Amino acid sequence: MNTPPARFDAREASKWFFRHGHTGWLGLRFADQGDNWVELELPWREDLLGDSNRPVLASGPIISLMDMASGMAIWQTSGSFNPVATLDLRVDYQRPARDRASVRGRVECYRRTRSAAFVRGIAHDGDHDDPVAHVAGVFMTIGADLRAENPAFNRNNGND
Amino acid sequence: MTDPASPHELTAYALSLGIAVCGEDNGMPLLTVEFGPTVEGRPGHFHGGATAGLLETAGYAALRTALLAAGRDPQLKPINITVQYLAAGKSRPTFALGRITRLGRRNANIAVEAWQDDRERPIATAVMNILMV
Repeated sequence: MNTPPARFDAREASKWFFRHGHTGWLGLRFADQGDNWVELELPWREDLLGDSNRPVLASGPIISLMDMASGMAIWQTSGSFNPVATLDLRVDYQRPARDRASVRGRVECYRRTRSAAFVRGIAHDGDHDDPVAHVAGVFMTIGADLRAENPAFNRNNGND
Repeated sequence: MTDPASPHELTAYALSLGIAVCGEDNGMPLLTVEFGPTVEGRPGHFHGGATAGLLETAGYAALRTALLAAGRDPQLKPINITVQYLAAGKSRPTFALGRITRLGRRNANIAVEAWQDDRERPIATAVMNILMV
């Protein structure tokens, strides 16, 4: 990579985000982006199965996919790569993914305040109108407000 | 998505991530994962998704244990999970233990805690609803 872009760009950031660590191990890939949303792909893989009887991705990697897409949607919306900490993430499973299907996670950041960011999104395996899961989450901007009593601030925490 | 029938038998995903059963507490399996590249997010810290994966795996292990004790072996389907992140997971082993809040005929409600050095200071908690068919 040459000069990094001034504004956060999920497509560019994916090139180095997914080289290492947990998201690299999962094999996450960039799929698509908009002004306030990011879509990532979790490829199907034998060692990520959650059921010995069916070739279906476990729910754990889907949470990771949605957590990562959430953080990137927040950076995409704000335009800057300021560390955020997941406070609360809820996943409502609608149905299992199809056999041997990759899962895509599309998350939008629908509201930002000075210290918090709210996200919502879906996980799907091809059809946006037939999601595998719905998610909703709240993230805190680390160090945005020193008066905050939240331990996620005081211990300088982050989950991504 | 169901876990294998034995509560101490982990899914391919859990084993691949590095989760292991390391003991028992209150009759429930105690799970652990070492810090390493498969769980790392921000440098030197657990990724929130890896922590959630550990919590969820501990929740299923607890439910399987309770069902085995009750002589039941249903198929398990996740309804939802809510994860609360309380503190950053540092570059040390993390532990997790599930507790059955309610075991019904068709659904179960499970509370799970994850901690590192001090059990009284959890780094994350989760509530899970699981359908049994």
